[in-house]
Amino acid sequence: MRIFDPHIHMTSRTTDDYQRMADAGVKAIVEPAFWLGQPRTSAGSFADYFDSLVGWEPFRAAQFGIRHHATIALNPKEANDPRCREALALVPRYLDKDSVVAVGEVGYDAMTPEEDEVFAAQMAMAVEFELPALVHTPHRDKARGVDRTLAVVKESGIALDRVVVDHLNEVTVGAVHDAGCWMGFSIYPDTKMSPDRMVEILRGHGLDRILVNSAADWGRSDPLLTLRTGEAMLAAGFTDDDVDKVLWRNPVEFYGQSGRLDLADPGEQDATFEGSSILRGGS
Amino acid sequence: MDLRSAIETGHAWLDDGVARVAAGPPAITRLFAAAGRHCGRAELAAAPGWTGDQAARALLLLALPTTDLPRYADELYRHGDPAEKLAVLKALPLLPIGAEAVPLLHDAIRTNDTRLVAAALGPYARHLDQAAWRQAVLKCVFMGVPLKVVDRLTDRADAELATMTAGLRDERAAAGRSFPDEALSLLEV
Ligand SMILES: [Zn+2]
Repeated sequence: MRIFDPHIHMTSRTTDDYQRMADAGVKAIVEPAFWLGQPRTSAGSFADYFDSLVGWEPFRAAQFGIRHHATIALNPKEANDPRCREALALVPRYLDKDSVVAVGEVGYDAMTPEEDEVFAAQMAMAVEFELPALVHTPHRDKARGVDRTLAVVKESGIALDRVVVDHLNEVTVGAVHDAGCWMGFSIYPDTKMSPDRMVEILRGHGLDRILVNSAADWGRSDPLLTLRTGEAMLAAGFTDDDVDKVLWRNPVEFYGQSGRLDLADPGEQDATFEGSSILRGGS
Repeated sequence: MDLRSAIETGHAWLDDGVARVAAGPPAITRLFAAAGRHCGRAELAAAPGWTGDQAARALLLLALPTTDLPRYADELYRHGDPAEKLAVLKALPLLPIGAEAVPLLHDAIRTNDTRLVAAALGPYARHLDQAAWRQAVLKCVFMGVPLKVVDRLTDRADAELATMTAGLRDERAAAGRSFPDEALSLLEV
C-alpha cells in the first residue's frame, strides 16, 4: 500500500512517527500551516514557522524517504489576533516557493468578521498564484460553517475542483459533494471520523474527489490512521486499486493541480551528496 | 565557465528575468523563487556541481546593480527555501560582494542541514576566520559530510584542527563508534 497523507502537521510529531509512517508505506505528505496550540504573539513567529515548513521539515522527512510539501496561510483562529494579523503580508512570499502546493489552511474557526476578511483575502491569493486551496471547517457549528465556507469559496471565483473542504463528516459531506469541491476527511482516534465510518462514506459517495488524511498534530491523533482506513476498505471488500486511488492517486491529482508536486524519491535526490550519504545525525 | 549556455532549459524565461532585474532590482524576489520551475533542478552536464536552478539564480544575482547586491543576497538567502539558500551560497564566489556575505556562512554553518553546511565551505569560505572555519570542518566530520566539499582543506588545516579532530576520534573510539577514514588526514598536520 502506498500512502500520501494530504494533511498532517509533522512539526508536532517525532522522528519515531516518521519511521512508523515510512514503515507503513507513507511516501508523501502535505503539511498545512495551522496553529500550534500555544498562541503566537507576532508575525515573526509565523515567519519562523513557514520557514520550517519549507526548510527543516522537508529535510527531516527526506531522511525517512518521505516527500514533504506544504500549504501556507494565516490560520482562521489567529486571524482574530491583531498581533498576528501582519502575518498575512508574509503569505505571498511563501506561495512562490517550489514545495508549496496550496494556500491553506484557510476557512473559519468562530466565523468572525476578521475571519471573513482573511479568508477572502487568501482565496484571492490562491487565484492570483494559481494554487489550489485547503479549507478548514469549524469544529463547532459545523453544518452552518460549511455552508458559509462554500459561499466564500464560490464568491472568490476559484475553480471549485481546485478546493478541498476538510474535516467533513456524514452531515457535511453532501453539500461539499454537490458544490463540486474535493472532500477531505480527517480520521481521528475518537472524534471527527473513524476508519469504519469513512468506509461507509466511500460506499455512499464513491471514491472520486475524496481525500483521507490523519490530520495528526499535537492533539490526540495517529499518523497511521490513513493505513488503518486502507485496511478497513480492504476488509469491507474494496480492491487494492480502490485503496490506491483514495490513498495515493487522489491526493496526487488534487495537489498536482499546483504544477509543483515533486514525487521523485527523496532518497535519490537528497540522501546523497556527491555520492556519499550525508543524512546521519546532527549536532 | 559559462553558466548561461550550461543551462539546459528555460533560456527565454531567464533572459527576460535577467533584463527585468537589471531594470528594476525588486523583480528578483519572485524570479529567484521560481527559477527551479523554469530552469530545472538537475545537475548540469556542462557545469558539474551546478544545478539548473543554481546557475539561473547566480545569473539573476549577477544582473543586480553592484550597489544593491549585498542587500539582496542577504535578503534572498534569509527568505529563501533550502534550494534558494544553497543557490546564494553557491553564487557567492562569483559575486562582486567582498566579505559582506560572511554572516550568511555563519547562518548556514549553524543549521543542521548538511547541504547548507557543505555549501558554506566552498571558495567563499576564504573570508571565514580560522576559528569558525575549523568548527565548520569539524562539524562536517561529525555529520558525515565528505571533506571534499571543503575548499583548500589541505592549505588551511592546522594543528588546532588536528587537536580538535583527535578529540572527536577519541570520543568515537571510546563509544565504539566509527570515525570517517578520510578525516584521519586532518590529524597529520
Ligand atoms: Zn490541520
